Amino acid sequence: MDFSYSKTEQLFLQMIRSFAENEMKPLAAEVDEKEMFPYETVKKMAKLGLMGIPVPKQYGGAGGTVQMYIMAVEELSRVCATTGVILSAHTSLCMSPIMEHGTEEQKMKYLPKLASGEWLGAFGLTEPNAGTDAAMQQTTAVDAGDKWILNGTKIFITNASAADVFVVMAMTDKSKGNKGISAFIVERGFKGFSIGKHELKMGIRGSATCELVFENCEVPKENLLGNLGEGFKVAMKTLDGGRIGIASQALGIAQGAMDETVKYTKERKQFGKSISQFQNTQFQMADLKTRVEAARLLVRSAAWKKDMGLPYSADAAMAKLYAAETAMAVTTKAVQFHGGYGYTREYPVERMMRDAKITEIYEGTSEVQRMVIAAKLFK
Amino acid sequence: MNIIVCVKQVPDTTEIKIDPVKGTLIRDGVPAIMNPDDKGGLELALRLKEQHGATVTVVSMGPPQADVMLREALAMGADRAILISDRKFAGADTLATSYTLAGCIKTLDYDLIIAGRQAIDGDTAQVAPEMAEHLGLPQVTYVVDADITPEGLIVKKENEDCVQTLAVDGKCVLTVLASAFKPRYMTVAGIIDAYNREVEVWSAEKIDVDENLLGLKGSPTKVFRSFPKALKAPGEVHELSDEEAVELIFNRLKEKHII
Repeated sequence: MDFSYSKTEQLFLQMIRSFAENEMKPLAAEVDEKEMFPYETVKKMAKLGLMGIPVPKQYGGAGGTVQMYIMAVEELSRVCATTGVILSAHTSLCMSPIMEHGTEEQKMKYLPKLASGEWLGAFGLTEPNAGTDAAMQQTTAVDAGDKWILNGTKIFITNASAADVFVVMAMTDKSKGNKGISAFIVERGFKGFSIGKHELKMGIRGSATCELVFENCEVPKENLLGNLGEGFKVAMKTLDGGRIGIASQALGIAQGAMDETVKYTKERKQFGKSISQFQNTQFQMADLKTRVEAARLLVRSAAWKKDMGLPYSADAAMAKLYAAETAMAVTTKAVQFHGGYGYTREYPVERMMRDAKITEIYEGTSEVQRMVIAAKLFK
Repeated sequence: MNIIVCVKQVPDTTEIKIDPVKGTLIRDGVPAIMNPDDKGGLELALRLKEQHGATVTVVSMGPPQADVMLREALAMGADRAILISDRKFAGADTLATSYTLAGCIKTLDYDLIIAGRQAIDGDTAQVAPEMAEHLGLPQVTYVVDADITPEGLIVKKENEDCVQTLAVDGKCVLTVLASAFKPRYMTVAGIIDAYNREVEVWSAEKIDVDENLLGLKGSPTKVFRSFPKALKAPGEVHELSDEEAVELIFNRLKEKHII
């Protein structure tokens, strides 16, 4: 068993860390404060090939591994969780289902532009009345001969107002429940498609979270993704992969908060010594560090299974559950260690604590992760 | 056009600490990086490649560990990487190093040689100029800009008080400043390919040199003593108005006969 990073991964880490540190860290506070989608950063990421890491070369990607992709999400999220989720949603939720369920024509049409970063991807499943109970889809897709007609609304869609391509679930046969849901590839310019309300959020405030509105939206026949009635399966499989991405985002946030807190507690002096010299600080930080490392092993192991083509659904759920709760625990403590300063926007831990919370909620709440894990355990 | 870029792997001196007891550098655990000025040189070469088309070959003299730095150069966009590595090179000073590099470069086909101004571990700024002498080539040091025009290679060189623009005719050696060429990042595809490509490892036999002039044997430099920089006395803090501060500084400088 080898837990070390391969030589290629080490070189990749060197690049991604220096990119995050030099190009993203100086912008992170502004992205949050102004709810600014970091277009310039995404453009720079595209130039380096970061928008298509696990996409095979024949579809214009870098031909990398899931492991490398999740390392990127972690390192980006370490300094800016908004940018981390932009990459995660684009890769896991849009390109992955096209790679895994798309026809050759769909792959050739969409993947090269997505992988090069010319186009940004998003995913639409959640609706006002279909959250954890995703089968309650009210968006409908009606067969109109030469095209599909979509009607309905999707909410809380990451990347929405910045994206060009959307993988969207809609009900094609209500009488069949889960098996009546189908997946579609929707382009931004399709007639009848528009971006709705922009959400004002607690954290990851730059990620352009909006509604998608379908009003007699015309989708070409060939844009059905996967088989008719298999949309629920496509969505669940997509979310399995997405969870590894969000787990990495959570891990990155936790690591970023650790970095900040180690630095701060060494510098901050009270009662004549650095607060890092107090045993309370040391013991609590030791526990947090242990949790972060445990989360990293879960995340890497889930990604490894996906790379190996092994089943990873429960692994992804465990990684996300544990990493998200770790991110929340670490950032909450990080603010506490920073004291009054930690509660201000002068230090990044305040933002990190707000950013961490979403990792316990989206792409399946922590409760959903427990359901997935338990279902596997008691099957 | 063929461009050769000389690169050196150095300890990241921003991470180096001094052993408080022995007064020597603690090199353990200090990351090794591509020397910043050399990386600037590689960036210049890659820009010329993009604009005019060129084959960029990176050459380094160093231990086998320098392999990772050459992989980085490949991942940034270099076409070929050569590591000249041999126990016979050990203990080389700047003269022997520049002689060895020149001996390697002589065997290659090239139009332009680019190197960093100096390495952050030795700070001598001697190797590239000496190499130019060994090769009998003109050199322009402290380069902050270079472009290939119909009139030839036009180079901007930074002097203390001005920037000089020079036209260079024919082959030459440029030494560049890192501050003028922000290096690009490695690309993801470049990184994935880096370990599938070859870093050529050349021994002393493969290059055009007299073995008596290599390594320690070829190094006239004798290190007399090395020591850490002595600590200065701690500064004083004065809480003064602007006028009083000027007065104080003025008097101190006068006391020391500086003004």
